[in-house]
Amino acid sequence: MKLQQNSLLALYSLFEFAGDPMRHISAAEIAQKYRVSPHHLAKVLAELARAGIVQSVRGVGGGYRFTANARRLTLLDVIARFEDVGSGTTERGGRTPADRALSTVLTEIDEMAKATLKSITLATLLRLSQHKAAGTEEVVAAGSDRGSRSPR
Amino acid sequence: MSRRKAARAEVAPAVAQRSGLTIRPVRRGDLEAVIAIDTRVTGLEKPDYWRSVYRRYGESATTAGAQFLVAESAGEVLGFVIGEVRDWEFGAPPCGWVFAIDVRPDARLGGIGTRLLESICAGFRRAGVRKVRTMLASDNTLILSFFRSQGLMAGRFIPLEMDLDE
Repeated sequence: MKLQQNSLLALYSLFEFAGDPMRHISAAEIAQKYRVSPHHLAKVLAELARAGIVQSVRGVGGGYRFTANARRLTLLDVIARFEDVGSGTTERGGRTPADRALSTVLTEIDEMAKATLKSITLATLLRLSQHKAAGTEEVVAAGSDRGSRSPR
Repeated sequence: MSRRKAARAEVAPAVAQRSGLTIRPVRRGDLEAVIAIDTRVTGLEKPDYWRSVYRRYGESATTAGAQFLVAESAGEVLGFVIGEVRDWEFGAPPCGWVFAIDVRPDARLGGIGTRLLESICAGFRRAGVRKVRTMLASDNTLILSFFRSQGLMAGRFIPLEMDLDE
């Protein structure tokens, strides 16, 4: 499954906001970190603000802050604001038996994708990234450990 | 120690003794509260089913690796979890299966579900297995989210079904 750019930008941003909910983070900072267009990101953040997921804070030290509940906000809640998840059945509209059979299979895939996105909250995503980071550190540490042993 | 005894051995103290909440094996006297929680959550009262579950997984269970644990606070049963170790089912090496977990709605968001899952997983570890599985309806978002928050991910099995003609 591939997410559209706006959905990805929204999730990257929320990942930053929810990871440090007390901090005001500017759009420029996020744009720089993920190497995306600040102009494009601003539109995505405006949509998140309209949805009440983030709040814009003006003035010095301003930016955006997270206002939703990370333990309740699901990936589907966010993605559905930017794209129609699971609407991609056959474009031919089930005109033939083959279309209809294919549509059944694609609908099954869509339903699984929706169920997955609906079951993962932002808090779970943050925890998952921490586990992944810890796993990477372990691999790096194991690698450096191996590297430190000089052959005799 | 047999797998069943190991799995049913005393619940890890670190898990069981926080904030006045005890996680312990079910007793016959808990059954009414367990049925009440299930009835409240599912809207269906199934006393016969729960009595058979108790016989299979309760105090006198003979099922290897069976666990039926309850969360108790101030003398009240607030939640329960049930599971067992299954060997080579679906061709998989022995693993722990959680097939029921629930917390009384007014006692949720207090970490009771987490404690129940930690406890049953500790039992599975003592029984010698290193993987836990569960299966639930794809539209059961609440419990799906709970398991996801505990680190469970989609496994390598895909459930399949079909309607049988009359």
